[in-house]
Amino acid sequence: MRRLSPAITQRVAVTFLWSLTLITIGVLLYIILYILAKGLPHISWEFLTKAPESMGRKGGIFPMIVGTFMVAGLAVAIAAPLGVATAVYLTEYTREGRLTFVIRFGADCLAGIPSIIYGLFGFVFFSIALGMGLSVLSGALTLALMVLPTIIRTAEEAIRAVPYTYRETSYGLGSTRWQMVTRVVLPSALPGICTGVVLSLGRSISETAAVMLTAGSALRLPQSLSDSSRTLALHFYILSREGLSMENAYATASVLIIIILALNALAYWLMNRFIRRAG
Amino acid sequence: MGAHASEPIIQVKDLSVTFSGCQALNGITLDIRRNERLAVIGPANSGKTTFLRCLNRLNDLKHDYRHTGNILLDGKDVYDSDVDVARLRRRIGMVYAVPGPLPWSIYDNLVYGPKLAGIRSRDRLDELVETSLKAAVLWDEVKDRLRMPAHNLSGGQQQRLCLARVLALEPDVMILDEPCSGLDPISTAKIEDALVELKSSHAIVLVTNNTKQAGRASDRTAFFLMGKLIEVDDTTRLFTNPTDQRTNDYLVGQFG
Amino acid sequence: MKQDRFIAFILLMLALSALSGLVLITVFIFKEGLPLILQTGFRDFFLSSDWDPKGEHFGILSMIVGSLAVTVGAMAIGAVFGLGMAIVLTQFCPPGLVSILKPLIELLAGIPSVVYGFMGVVTIVPLIRNHLGGPGLSVLAASIVLGIMVLPTVTSISVDALKAVPRAYWEGSVALGATKWQTTHMLMLKAARSGILAAIILGMGRALGETMAVIMVAGNALEIPGSPLDPVRTLTSNIALEMGYATGRHREALFATGVTLFVFIMIFNTTALAISRRSAGKGGGR
Repeated sequence: MRRLSPAITQRVAVTFLWSLTLITIGVLLYIILYILAKGLPHISWEFLTKAPESMGRKGGIFPMIVGTFMVAGLAVAIAAPLGVATAVYLTEYTREGRLTFVIRFGADCLAGIPSIIYGLFGFVFFSIALGMGLSVLSGALTLALMVLPTIIRTAEEAIRAVPYTYRETSYGLGSTRWQMVTRVVLPSALPGICTGVVLSLGRSISETAAVMLTAGSALRLPQSLSDSSRTLALHFYILSREGLSMENAYATASVLIIIILALNALAYWLMNRFIRRAG
Repeated sequence: MGAHASEPIIQVKDLSVTFSGCQALNGITLDIRRNERLAVIGPANSGKTTFLRCLNRLNDLKHDYRHTGNILLDGKDVYDSDVDVARLRRRIGMVYAVPGPLPWSIYDNLVYGPKLAGIRSRDRLDELVETSLKAAVLWDEVKDRLRMPAHNLSGGQQQRLCLARVLALEPDVMILDEPCSGLDPISTAKIEDALVELKSSHAIVLVTNNTKQAGRASDRTAFFLMGKLIEVDDTTRLFTNPTDQRTNDYLVGQFG
Repeated sequence: MKQDRFIAFILLMLALSALSGLVLITVFIFKEGLPLILQTGFRDFFLSSDWDPKGEHFGILSMIVGSLAVTVGAMAIGAVFGLGMAIVLTQFCPPGLVSILKPLIELLAGIPSVVYGFMGVVTIVPLIRNHLGGPGLSVLAASIVLGIMVLPTVTSISVDALKAVPRAYWEGSVALGATKWQTTHMLMLKAARSGILAAIILGMGRALGETMAVIMVAGNALEIPGSPLDPVRTLTSNIALEMGYATGRHREALFATGVTLFVFIMIFNTTALAISRRSAGKGGGR
C-alpha cells in the first residue's frame, strides 16, 4: 500500500480535529439553547419574586435567588481578600523557596479536591464542630475554601504580569513596599484579579454537592447568616430529580444559565481590558 | 544650608559590591560635590549602573547583593540601620535608562512621589507639577493635557516626564542612568538643556555610554573599568589629557 | 522596615490559610472516616460489594469499580476531544477565532454540573435505552456526560503545555519541509508530552470527583457493572445520596467512602503535579 502524501494526511487530520472542536461547541450551544428554549417561557416577574408553593411545584424561586447570592457572595467576599493576600505574599514579600513551594502545593492540592469532600468537611467542621448548623454561613465558608485556590492562582498571574519597571520606579520615587503594592501593583493587576473573582463567583453559584451538605435545603427566605438556605442549583436538582415540576425546573435552570452567561461575559470583558492595558 | 558649593554632598569610601559572590564594584572612593554635574563613563559591565543604584539603595531589591565600604550622604551612612530608605530615595532621585511612566495620567505620575512624601495640599501639588514640568522643559508641550495617559507621550517626552517626576520630589541629588540611550538627538538635546538648568540647584550624577554627552553635559567625569574607578577629573582635563593609559584607550575607542 | 516586616508577617499568616484549610480537611475527613475502615477491616471494606447500612455491612468494592469505570470512560472521551481542541487552538486556528473559542470553552467549564446531569437524563439516557438497550442510566451515559465536563480542564492545561514548546522548534521543523500536521504530531505532541499527560490525569481527578451529574445519569445500582450499559454507583454519589439521612456508623461509613475518594484524588493530583513540575523544570525553568 502506498503511503498517503503528507498533504492529504494533514487534510484528514485537520478535518478530524476541527470536527471534534465543532461537536464540542455544538454540544455547548445545544445545552444552553435547549434549557433556555424550555425554560424562558415559564419565567415571569412572579416567578422571580414569589416564594415557592407546595415544595416548588408552584410559585417562584425568590428565596433561592436570595440564598444563592448570599452564599456565593459571602464565599467570594471571604476568599478574595485571603487569595489576593496570598498572591501578594508569594509575589512581592518573599523569595521562591521551600515556603512558597509548600503554600503553592497546598493551593494546588486544594484545587483538586472534589466538591463532595468539601461538603463532608464543611458539614463536620463548620456545621457540627463549630456549631453553625446547616446555614448560609457554613455554606459560604465551605465554598470560600473551595474557590480560594482559583483566586490565588489568577491573582498571582495578574500580579506577575505587572511590569517589573513599575516596581523599580515606585521604589525610586520613595515608596515603601506596601505603598508600591497598594498604589501601583494592585491597581494595575485589578482587572485580572477581578476576572478570577467573577469566575469564582460563577463557580460558587453553580456548586451543588458542597452546599447541599452545608447550607441545607430550606425553602424559606433566609433571614440571617445562620438560617438554612436552598440555592438555585440545588433547587433545580431537587425539582428535576423528584419530578416536582418540569416547568419550574427548566425555568430555574434558565435563570442559572443566564447568571452564568452574564458572569462569564463580565469575566471576558475584564480580561480583555487587562490584556489591552498590559500590552 | 550655607554649605560651600564644592563641598561633597556624597562621599563614597572604599565601596565594593558583589552579586552572588561576583565582584561588580571594587574599592570605589569618590566624592560627589554639591552643585556639580558628574559624568560616569566606561564600557558595558564596568559597574556604572551598579554604582548609581548603590547611592539610592536600589540594589537592596536584589537578594544576592552584598557590599562593603561606606556611602555618606551629608556625612551620614545611607546603609545605617536607622535610615528611612523611602526618604533616602526621595532625596536621591533616579531617572532610568528606559522611560517608565506608570500607567496613569501625566498629572498622577508627577504627584505620586510628593503624595508618598505626605504632601496633600492640592495647590502645593499643582505648583510642584508646574515647576517640575518647566524644569524638565516639558511644560509647554503638555500643560493642556495633564489628564492624558502618560503612555500616549512620545519616548522623548516620556523620559522628560520621568525627569520631571523626580524633580517633583525636590531631591538634593539627581542620578540618571543613561537617560538618553533610547532617544533621538533632538530629545537628547532637550534633556541635556534641562540638566544645565538643574545644575544650580542639584548635584547630578549622569551615567552615560556616550562620551560626547559626558563632554557636553558634565563638570567632572569619572571613568570606570571592570568595577574599578580608573580616574576622575575635570571633564575637559580628563578628555584632553587623561593620566591613565586605559582612560585614553577608552576615549579614543579601543574598548568600543 | 519594621512596618514592612509586620505587613509581611500578616500576609504570611493569610497565605497559610489555603494550607491550613488543606490540613483541616485532611484531618477531619480521616478522623471521621478512618476508624470505621479499621474496625471493618481492609478486606471487608475495600474488597466486598456488600453495602447494607442497616445490617452494618459496609463494603465499597462495587463503588470503587464504578468510579474507576466512569472515570476511564470519561477520559476516553475527554482526552480525545480535549486534546483535539487544544491542538486546533494552538496549531490550526486563526487568532481571531481563538478569541471566540477560548471563552466558549471557559463557559463550558462554568455550566453547573446539575445542568449537565439533567441534559444527560433528557438526551443521552433515552438514546442509550432505545438504541443500545439496558436502563439507559449507565456507565456509558455517565462517561459521556463526564467526558464533556472534564474537556475544558484537559483542553486548557494541554493548551498551556503546547504553548510552552519553544517557537523555534516549530519553525525549525517547518523549515525542514514538514507539514504543519507532521510538525504537530511528530514534534509538538512529543515536546509537550508530560504537560498533556498531566492534563489528562487532572481531568481524571475531575471526573472521579464529580458528584451531581453522575448521580443523575449513572443509575446508582449497588453492583459491579458487567458492561458499559449497566447502572453503577460511584464513591461520590454514594456519599451525596445517603448523607442526607445517615446517622451513627452509617455516617461514619460515608466519611470512610470520602477517605477512599480523597486518597485516590490525592494520588492522581500529586502525580499530575509532579509530572507538570518536572516538565516545567526541563523547559529551562521560568
